[in-house]
Amino acid sequence: MTPESYKESAVPLGEVPPGRTVRLVAVDAGYGLQHRLAALGLLPDVTVTVIRNEGRGQLIVQVKNTRIVLGRGMAHRVLVRPDTGSANLPRGSHNPQG
Amino acid sequence: MSSTELRRVTVALAGNPNSGKTTLFNALTGARQHVANYPGVTVETKHGRRRHGGMEITFVDLPGTYSLTAYSPEELVARDFVLQHKPDLVVHVIDASNLERNLYLGVQLMEMNAPLLLAFNMSDVAERRGIRFDVPTLAQLLGAPIVETVASKHRGIDELLDRIVETVKQGAQPVYHCRYGPEIEREIEHLMRRLAEQGATAGGRLRWLAIKLLENDEQVRQELKEAQVAAEADEARRRLEGVFGDDPAVVLADRRYGFISGACQEAVRSTVERRHDMSDLVDTVLLHPRLGLPIFLALMYLVFQVTFTVGQVPMDWLEAGFAVLARAVASLWPAGSDNFVKSLLVDGVIGGVGGVIVFLPNIIMLFLAIAILEDSGYMARAAFLMDRVMHRMGLHGKSFIPMLIGFGCSVPAIMATRILENRRNRLTTILVIPLMSCGARFAIYSLIIPAFFPLPLKGLVLWSIYLVGIVLAVICARLLRATLLKGTTVPFVMELPPYRMPTFKGLWLHTWMRSWHYLKKAGTIILAISLVLWALARYPRPPADQLAGRTETQAQAAALRYSVIGRVGRAIEPAIRPLGFDWKIGTALIGSMAAKEAFISQLGIVYALGETDEGSEALAAQLQEDYSPLQGISILLFILISAPCMATVAVTRRESGAWKWALLQWFGLTALAYGVTLVVYQIGSIFLSA
Repeated sequence: MTPESYKESAVPLGEVPPGRTVRLVAVDAGYGLQHRLAALGLLPDVTVTVIRNEGRGQLIVQVKNTRIVLGRGMAHRVLVRPDTGSANLPRGSHNPQG
Repeated sequence: MSSTELRRVTVALAGNPNSGKTTLFNALTGARQHVANYPGVTVETKHGRRRHGGMEITFVDLPGTYSLTAYSPEELVARDFVLQHKPDLVVHVIDASNLERNLYLGVQLMEMNAPLLLAFNMSDVAERRGIRFDVPTLAQLLGAPIVETVASKHRGIDELLDRIVETVKQGAQPVYHCRYGPEIEREIEHLMRRLAEQGATAGGRLRWLAIKLLENDEQVRQELKEAQVAAEADEARRRLEGVFGDDPAVVLADRRYGFISGACQEAVRSTVERRHDMSDLVDTVLLHPRLGLPIFLALMYLVFQVTFTVGQVPMDWLEAGFAVLARAVASLWPAGSDNFVKSLLVDGVIGGVGGVIVFLPNIIMLFLAIAILEDSGYMARAAFLMDRVMHRMGLHGKSFIPMLIGFGCSVPAIMATRILENRRNRLTTILVIPLMSCGARFAIYSLIIPAFFPLPLKGLVLWSIYLVGIVLAVICARLLRATLLKGTTVPFVMELPPYRMPTFKGLWLHTWMRSWHYLKKAGTIILAISLVLWALARYPRPPADQLAGRTETQAQAAALRYSVIGRVGRAIEPAIRPLGFDWKIGTALIGSMAAKEAFISQLGIVYALGETDEGSEALAAQLQEDYSPLQGISILLFILISAPCMATVAVTRRESGAWKWALLQWFGLTALAYGVTLVVYQIGSIFLSA
């Protein structure tokens, strides 16, 4: 579960400086886009490292072993929060047993 | 002939783009099929055959996809093949250095109950990165056999084939382990029961259907309209959303990755921590905020320069060769005689086609350059660099890639626009692609430019022409996006693949395939057109008394004016005079409407009929004699902009789905060509006479 508090403290990926690692909170977009991003590995709770962000133009981020280029409009719809280390999260994301 | 019957099986190859799937396909089938490696595009499935272990295997190369949703035509094609055709085996080609992301597709294949075999491709890269796989454990956790391969180096291919045969013989039923947690599993079971009640298709698909319903899959919803499960599915989704606070599809995706992650944690070891990849280092330069774009432009300029100079030598050989051939054939008849067959062969066939084939070396170099850019991975960087520019055109950064291909040939370029999801973007790109001077136009430039401009200026003029094309494309694209094809731009998302060393085999394949296609075009369509034009230029013949008292060249010139082409050319002359053209150019332009290369062959014929020499060197000299450099520029501009060839129109029709776009393209560009050339020539004339 993504508690509302997490969503509130989230910032758009576009505002994260290069070199920073963050965790994805949510993608504010339609299903098509969400799916596309999901297939590339951009899912809630994954670790995302910002490789390049110049304040305008596109971003380059790294998710697992993949480099992805994101348009600025897109980056604005991806909400993230700082990576505080391991997951003390109520969500059973990697644990199918809940 | 063996006495035992060969068993026929079908094996599909699925995998992410950039996973080396098509390279593997070629290695398995030894096929020289055209690798349409435009990033992510292979919506036509390819088939190839191989005999092994008592089986005749038909391999089907499915489109490269990251997943199997209903959101893109590639995914639908891939998934329909697996579901409808039920191949005996699906080989999931995986980039082993990027295992987790690649397995996402694999899990979806498992959900479909497809018999699966995992090919860990690019295992050399994985090894280099220090990644080690505990193959037996992994195979057990994932529920499918695993074979390690390096397709580009032909490693592991025999082992793969053996494994394929073995797996098919065993008739292995896939063991599917991924579970989604109690809440979701409950909903899945519930939906499965409802589906079974409604008599929905069996064949082990029930679970898959249930999962798709939870994901709100468009295609499945359509399919199951009658089963009246829509309401139940919606309720299930609502319930899950309440529990998770997220769209169920997102949760499902997340759980899939969780399953994959779990399996990998058990069986995959990274012995070396992630250090700066080679690709990263290269990217700091090539994608440098200030250096990146200039580097790119410089590279493009280099490509053009090299193509022009390196291609020159073989071009001269070919030219000489054709001249020799023409003389040899002509010598079969008494000198000076005017025989139908002789003229047909020498002027029509050899003159026409030869004039086009002479430019093959340049074309090959151009295609080679494009192949290097694609295979090395630089194309993606180019798209990234160009996105800002593309954005100002109202287009997507990815539009750049088909446009770049358009510099080779418009036909595959227009086909490559399939990578653009947004229809308006796609149509706009398709309409302006002909402004990217294709190989055929390049051939014409190669003739015209040296005829009028001294050597040092040649490269510059060529580059300028290309630049003009690009600038016009920008203007037209913006115009289209502001008027006919208004709409919001689509967000830009693209994977940046690691740099790869292009293999000789890959380059050879890509370059040769495209060049061969160009050659076939010359061989068939252009030959046909050359012959038609030859006939139209030769008949009707003026009566003998009209020729009396003239020199040979004068007689031939008179004969040309008398023919059909001469008459049409003369008829339109008043209309094209303001552009600096005369009837000869007009005639050649008419010929090039069908296929751009015909411009050269037509001019060749026009002058071959008026002159006894053959060869484009002579043609160039003739042009220089007859026209001024300003007229040369007019010709260049008109050729650059005007109506695309018939093949392009045909493909535009096919990809856009309507004649109106193809006709708009044709008429629009011709009108634009007329306007621009008119302005340039008139202003130029005023300037020069001052």
